[in-house]
Amino acid sequence: MLGLLETGSGFWSAIIWIVVVLVIGSIVIYIRNKGEDSYKKNTEQDKPFISGNPEKSKEESHLGASHIYWGFTEALKGYYNPLVKMHTGNINDYSGWIIVITVIILIMVGVSG
Amino acid sequence: MIGNFPYVAVVIFIGLGIYTLMFKKNLIKIAIGVVLIENGVNLFLITLGYRKGAIAPIYTQAPSGQAMVLPTPQALTLTSIVIGIATTALILSVAMMIYKHYGTLDTDQVRRLRG
Amino acid sequence: MNLSNHIPILIVAIPLLAAFLVPLIGRINKKATGTLTTLALSVSLILTITLAVKILTVGPQAYVFGATSPSLTLPSGLKFPIRIMFQIDAMGIFMGLITAVVSFVGAVYSLVFMKQHSGLDKYYSLLLLLTVGMFGMEFTGDMFNFFVFLEIASIASVALISFRGIDLGEPAEAGFKYMVVSSISALMVLFAVGIFYGQYDILNFAAIASVIKYSQLDKIALGLLIPVLAMKAGAVPMHMWTPDAYSEAPAPITMMLVATSQASLYALFRVVFSLYNISLNALTVGWIIIIFGLLSMFIGVTMAIIQKDIKRLMAYHAVSQTGYMFLGVGVGLAVLANPVALNQYGITAMEGGIFHIMNHAMYKGLLFLTAGALFFRTGTKNLDKMGGLAHSMKYTTIFFIIGAAAIAGLPPFNGFASKLLIYESVYKFNPLLSIIAMVVSILTLASFVKVFHSAFLGPKLPQFKEVKEVPRSMVFAMAVLSCIIIFFGLFPDLIVKNLVHPAVMSLIEQLQYTGTVLGGM
Repeated sequence: MLGLLETGSGFWSAIIWIVVVLVIGSIVIYIRNKGEDSYKKNTEQDKPFISGNPEKSKEESHLGASHIYWGFTEALKGYYNPLVKMHTGNINDYSGWIIVITVIILIMVGVSG
Repeated sequence: MIGNFPYVAVVIFIGLGIYTLMFKKNLIKIAIGVVLIENGVNLFLITLGYRKGAIAPIYTQAPSGQAMVLPTPQALTLTSIVIGIATTALILSVAMMIYKHYGTLDTDQVRRLRG
Repeated sequence: MNLSNHIPILIVAIPLLAAFLVPLIGRINKKATGTLTTLALSVSLILTITLAVKILTVGPQAYVFGATSPSLTLPSGLKFPIRIMFQIDAMGIFMGLITAVVSFVGAVYSLVFMKQHSGLDKYYSLLLLLTVGMFGMEFTGDMFNFFVFLEIASIASVALISFRGIDLGEPAEAGFKYMVVSSISALMVLFAVGIFYGQYDILNFAAIASVIKYSQLDKIALGLLIPVLAMKAGAVPMHMWTPDAYSEAPAPITMMLVATSQASLYALFRVVFSLYNISLNALTVGWIIIIFGLLSMFIGVTMAIIQKDIKRLMAYHAVSQTGYMFLGVGVGLAVLANPVALNQYGITAMEGGIFHIMNHAMYKGLLFLTAGALFFRTGTKNLDKMGGLAHSMKYTTIFFIIGAAAIAGLPPFNGFASKLLIYESVYKFNPLLSIIAMVVSILTLASFVKVFHSAFLGPKLPQFKEVKEVPRSMVFAMAVLSCIIIFFGLFPDLIVKNLVHPAVMSLIEQLQYTGTVLGGM
């Protein structure tokens, strides 16, 4: 069949996947369209709830890229600080890394026989 | 022993070039380091083709039976020198542009791109 | 004279000729330069496809320069080839197709993208030279010739990276760094060429491969070639030039730089598989390449998450994705000497790695082009300053979603197909490697969600009120890549069976490679 990719321990077919997604998706849409009984239009249910804080204007509410994954980078500080420090941007270090890795590989290839 | 002398020179050239690249802080000196490595490699190539007591590989003027040096490494070296000139010119002209914008040639200053 | 025998040289010669015609034409008519470039590259693309069909049906082709007949590899009964030649097998033409597509799309995109810059004749001339360099690296069958094309590609790409260096400092800095590291790598390659020549008195890849003994000197040559070619491909920890160069080059050039670094990756695989093959210690060298892959994948993606510059972020992803190729092919190399394991999962792993090269060139190219489109309209690369652009740039948003889904390995896009091949085969070699690869894929998705959120979602920002969709030729360029991505995603088996599998087999079977030049030996 067209689109059947053998991976050695199974197969992958994008066509079958799309058919499955369409079937599941139509079921989901059907359930969603049945609606929710407790919802009433034009009440406080329509308004966003920000823990009691006043709602900001739309232009101010956009979250900049630096704020995203703040917790992730904060938690992994011990990993990130040395890593960022390693990227010095100094051309001496760039060539230094190449020489060091070349020497390591020369030794590895030479020793392995 | 004396025949191996050019190879020692090759190692010295390349070693000095690597030292310059790793420890010298001036962009112009880094360009010189690249040129040093390049000269070492060129010397290595030309030494490969050397035969003791041989003459230049020009068939029309050669006495018969005389050994000749290998012509191929010479062709390689010539090509490599030409490429090297292009490389050096480009490195130096880019260094010039860096100086124009940064006002310095110190590698510790020329690192706005990092992280 | 049969012109179809000369296709290999025409693919390289037409852009080369155009590269020197463009400045002349630029004297008469500035606007014609871009058109001429696009025309030359489209001819090259058509010829590459023709050659690909020929190679995949007939077999590998050799093209000898200066011989009475282009297929005369061994003139007058010699035992070894003396002339420079192109030797193109399924793997070479696989890379050639990538180069042809990417350079054509890059030229089309440049037509409007670079319009307001001066010195466009030089820009197009260099773009064509970069294409020539890439084609040459992929097609050549001669070691010294490879060095020359490597240098052509490096010099052209440095000049293009620092193209905006007249007005800005950063592009010049990026160009300087790239030039220094690529000169080191090219000189090490030349040193290795010298070692081969000193031992065997030949420069032809196939001829060296047929006599290689894996002596002490050959080991030194291998130890020099692996790190420098891996560096050109952007392997961690020698990847630092990648974010600098990729972020400062104009967007279409960044896309071509990705293809250039993959040409170096191809050269690394060519050296390891076709030149040394089983004569080397496959397990050690295989693990060296696998470790490069692991480091590149993980450090690349974690550094990408914290970036604020959109192109720098994508550049770190390029490093990370290169890791997948190293991983897949490295596993194939590690089991090269073991025919059972090779057939069981080694070939599949290599198929995944090689297929990923093409997928990566397409979706990373597309992502860089969308980043270029954002830069074109907003004038910034800083993600903090962007926002709400999906309101005004609808096509770009759709293309970005396609590219981001493909790079994160979401089905049904092409990235998923190649990553699945890598996961399932690498799992049989070492489960841990496969798990790390999956984690990296999740982190990739996470960081592209960040880009999508901060650049495209959110309210329409007041400073971007005037932003419009990019011009039609840029949309066309991105649409071409998107169509390729979707097609590869829907029918991965067609590509794997017809393009990738022959490429993998031509790498593994050394005798087939040497036989093209030296006859049935």
